[in-house]
Amino acid sequence: MRSNLEIDWKQIEEIISRYGNDKEALLMIMQDISDIYHYVPPEVVPVLAEKLGVRKSHIFSVATFYKTISLVPRGKFIVHVCTGTACHVRGAEKVMDALKADLKTHEGGTTVDGLFTLEGVRCIGCCASGPVMTVNKETHGGLDRSSALKVIDTYRNLSS
Amino acid sequence: MAKLKNREALEKLRKSLQAKGQTSQKLISLCAGSGCGAYGTAKVHAVLQEELAKHDLQEKVRVKLTGCHGFCEKGPIMVIHPEGIFYPQVTPEKVPDIVKTTLIGQQLVEKMVYKDPVTKKKISHEHEIPFYKLQKRIIFGNNGLIDPTSIEDYIAVGGYAALAKALFDMTPQDILGEVKKSGLRGRGGGGFPTGIKWESCRRHEGQRYVICNADEGDPGAYMDRSLLEGNPHSVIEGMIIGAIAIGSNDGYVYVRHEYPLAVTNLTMALQSARNMGLLGENILGSGFDFDVRISRGGGAFVCGESTALMSSLEGKPGRPRAKYVHTVEKGFREGPSNLNNVETWANVPVIVNQGAKWYAGIGTEKSKGTKIFSLVGKVVNTGLVEVPMGTTLRQIIFDIGGGIPKKKKFKAVQTGGPSGGCIPEQFLDLPVDFDELSKVGSIMGSGGMIVMDQDTCMVDVARYFVDFLKDESCGQCNPCREGLKNMLDILTDICQGRGREGDIELLEELGMMMQKFSLCGLGTSAPNPVLTNILYFRHEYEAHIRDKKCPAGICKPLFHYEIDSETCTGCHVCFQKCPQQAVAGDKKKPHTIHQDACIKCGICYDGCKFDAIKIC
Repeated sequence: MRSNLEIDWKQIEEIISRYGNDKEALLMIMQDISDIYHYVPPEVVPVLAEKLGVRKSHIFSVATFYKTISLVPRGKFIVHVCTGTACHVRGAEKVMDALKADLKTHEGGTTVDGLFTLEGVRCIGCCASGPVMTVNKETHGGLDRSSALKVIDTYRNLSS
Repeated sequence: MAKLKNREALEKLRKSLQAKGQTSQKLISLCAGSGCGAYGTAKVHAVLQEELAKHDLQEKVRVKLTGCHGFCEKGPIMVIHPEGIFYPQVTPEKVPDIVKTTLIGQQLVEKMVYKDPVTKKKISHEHEIPFYKLQKRIIFGNNGLIDPTSIEDYIAVGGYAALAKALFDMTPQDILGEVKKSGLRGRGGGGFPTGIKWESCRRHEGQRYVICNADEGDPGAYMDRSLLEGNPHSVIEGMIIGAIAIGSNDGYVYVRHEYPLAVTNLTMALQSARNMGLLGENILGSGFDFDVRISRGGGAFVCGESTALMSSLEGKPGRPRAKYVHTVEKGFREGPSNLNNVETWANVPVIVNQGAKWYAGIGTEKSKGTKIFSLVGKVVNTGLVEVPMGTTLRQIIFDIGGGIPKKKKFKAVQTGGPSGGCIPEQFLDLPVDFDELSKVGSIMGSGGMIVMDQDTCMVDVARYFVDFLKDESCGQCNPCREGLKNMLDILTDICQGRGREGDIELLEELGMMMQKFSLCGLGTSAPNPVLTNILYFRHEYEAHIRDKKCPAGICKPLFHYEIDSETCTGCHVCFQKCPQQAVAGDKKKPHTIHQDACIKCGICYDGCKFDAIKIC
């Protein structure tokens, strides 16, 4: 897990000004911040509130309403197992179970080494290649238990 | 590229692009949609470029990375034009052979030719494949021909001609009249007549907004994603025409954050349309201004609902409101707002180009045109299918879809996503349109069509949808929030063997309460999957509750696997594959399963070639 996170404030300000300090763009600003840190560091919230001219409570209400935003740190690799209907009837739950066991975490949880966060996502629109999962933004299709674990291994090796 | 200052400049450009296109001898169209991308299009493309360079063919052969061709099951897909030679499941290893044999040698690579899974016949050309042959692809057809990142490609196939016609040959009233006459109805699922919606938005004064709903939240449906990825200009063109008719200069596309490729291609398309003077100020020198901005959604299903979507566009949580005042009167920023779905917008240029009469000639009496379905689940040919309204479920699933894999039995087809229902076999000959499917308790919805076979447990499917909706309910109104929670508890109990007499009736009662009293469409339609399920598959519920059995072998506490000693050949495959060492037996002798060690993972069941493993 990241501790003592260094926030690049210049970059944060750049993101906010890219959207013209528009409060209507709050969700997209938080998504862009998440692309960098994989979550929205709570220290950023007061800055957002000031720059966009909204209350902090409003930011929390938006951040907690939408699934793509997390206020707690997430792993280096975000594993999204598609649990859409097409993947579900083709055995997505078995893939999810295998990953839970392998990563020793639960749905929504992050591994102890801070490498992987395991999440279920409702349909990424690759239904023909289901069961599908994405790791960060790369899609892996036609999975079963063993091929899903192999995918995880390749990312594990990447970072070691 | 310079700005096009008038209609003549656009037509001149089109002619020169078309002439240029005809001079190229060969064109390889390689699908780079998300589906094929997941199977590795990027690697195939890289090797293809290398191979072409090796043989000095770069000048003679053009390679186009196109959007989704629809036949996602067989990805990555390669089509070689002008012949239309179709190679499915192309891997980097196959590329050198294709270049050598087909491009240089002018011969087919026999072993790579598509083999129809039903007739076992080899079919070499795209247009002869049953999956494509039986479709009518008026909206989706250009996807396989154009590079979505090239506005020139879109113009070459006739793009923005409808816009020019709408700007210079028609008044806003003419456009409204044409769209009304065409009979176009909203493709997002509601089926409201598009022309009437536009007209009522135009009637209200103030800053009007034109919005495209690309928050395709139905799990199992990806038509809109593929349209935005593969042909974004058709959606933009439709929106501009809509804006002329409605009298708006401000447009938005609300698109899912989970569709990164769609966002990228759309962003690029908007920029190139602006650069060419087809979007922004003074479009094609007509004096009409209109621009479109993108807003990315945050993964909330409820944001597909119009008022929630507009609230989300304003940077707020996407909570719906009661619609005493419709959004065409007061929607986004309190202004009159017209919201249509991606596919609806993509239909507009076709209507303007071909005329309302032509368009209304396709489809059924009350549902006109074609509809794109995402045919997925337990079906041989999965992918996107565009058919005229009124095509029967049987034609879609069996003639185009090739039926159920592994000779299993069809059980049901789920349409309409979490707001729809499961349709059983007796209704397979039903023509699919807005009205027919609702007669049997489901809806056509936005086009998700999930096929289920004998191995699908209908109680589990109902539980799946309720679980999904419980997570997605915004929680504002009691009937939806509490109703879904209680439904989920009851269904989970049934699936885990704790079902009680009276549970089915309680589910029905809860469902009817939610339909009547929920605030928005999510809540009122949420019980549909459960209620249709009970209507047609009550016996499965009863088996779970009374006999404590799950006939499909999905609900783990309610079944176990046994090996049939008569059928078992002792091939030892299950013995080797079992992760728990729960299978015992010597080679060539019938095996048995130690029930205490078995975790019911199903590896043996899926892996047995002799159907010797039974669900008991």
